[in-house]
Amino acid sequence: MTQVEFLNIVMPFKDKVFRLAKRLLVSTEEAEDATQEVLLKLWNNKKKMQEYKNVEAFSMTMTKNFCFDKLKSKQAQNLKIVHSNYEDGNTSLQKQVELNDSVDWVSKIIEELPEQQKVIIQLRDIEEYDFDEIAKMLDMNNTAVRVNLSRARKTIREKLTNTHNYGIK
Amino acid sequence: MVLNNIEDLLEKYENGETTLKEEQQLKHYFSQETVAPHLEMYKPMFTYFLGNQQEQFTKDLPLKTKRTFNYKWISVAAVVVLMLGFYLKEPIVTSYEEYAYGTFNKPEKALDEVTKSLAMISSHFNKGTSTVNYLNEVKKGTATLGYLNEIENTTSIIFKN
Repeated sequence: MTQVEFLNIVMPFKDKVFRLAKRLLVSTEEAEDATQEVLLKLWNNKKKMQEYKNVEAFSMTMTKNFCFDKLKSKQAQNLKIVHSNYEDGNTSLQKQVELNDSVDWVSKIIEELPEQQKVIIQLRDIEEYDFDEIAKMLDMNNTAVRVNLSRARKTIREKLTNTHNYGIK
Repeated sequence: MVLNNIEDLLEKYENGETTLKEEQQLKHYFSQETVAPHLEMYKPMFTYFLGNQQEQFTKDLPLKTKRTFNYKWISVAAVVVLMLGFYLKEPIVTSYEEYAYGTFNKPEKALDEVTKSLAMISSHFNKGTSTVNYLNEVKKGTATLGYLNEIENTTSIIFKN
C-alpha cells in the first residue's frame, strides 16, 4: 500500500479520530499526539489493514482504547492533563464571547460526564454514527448504548436548564 | 416547523430513541436564530454539537516508508557471483578448430614439429652461451696475477730476517 492509498483511506475519518481523542483527553496537543499515534499504528500495520472490514470503526475503537490507557497512566502518575488551548482569533472576538458563554457550558458539562457517556455523546451527537456502529466500536450491545446516551443527554439538559435559569428562579 | 413536533422529538431524543434523521431535524431547528423561549436551553447544546463537527486535525503525519533490507537478495547476489565465476573459469570454446589449435593428427608431423622447435631452442641456447665466453678471459687474467704471490713470498722472507 502506498502513502497515497493509505491517506485516501484515512483522510475521511482522521478528524473524527482527533475529535474523539480531544473529547477524552481535553487538551488539543494531547489529542493531536494521540491521533498521530493511532494513525501511525495503522500505517505500520497497513498490511493487516486490508483484512479489516471497517477501518474507520476499527480506528475509533483503537483511539478510544488508546485514550483510556493514556488517561489511566496519567491518573496513576497523579498528573492531570493541563490544557491550555490557545485559540487564535479566527472568529471575531464578539462572536467568541457570545458563543463561549453558553456553548462553553456544554463543553464543561460534557467534560464532567463519565468517560463511557462522553464517548457515546461524541460518537452519536457529534459524529452522527449509527447505534449499531457505536455498539460495535465500543463492544457494547445496542440497548446499553441507548441507555447510556439517554442518561448523558438528560444530564446535559438538566445542567443546562440549571445554568439557564440561574438567577431567574 | 410545528412546535409540538419538536417537543415530541426532544422527548424521544432524551430517551435515546431518535433516528439520525430526526436528530438532524432537531439540530436544524436549534440552529435558527429564534427558538421557542421554553426550549432556549437546548440551543447551546445543539450549537455546540454542530460547531464541534467542524474541528479538524491539522498536524501532519510523518509517514515513513520503512526500508527493510531484504536479506534474500544477498543470497541471490552470491549465487550470481558464483555462477559467473564458474562460467568465466572455463575457456570459452566457440568452435572445434579453435579447440583443436596446437594439436596434430599425424604423429610423424608432430615429431617433425617437435624436433624443429627443439633445434630452434638449442640454437638460441648456444647463442646465449657464446656471449658468456669472455668470462674465460677474466679467468686467464687472474691466472697471470699468480706471480704476485711470489713477490709476497720474497717480502715475507726479507721481513723475517
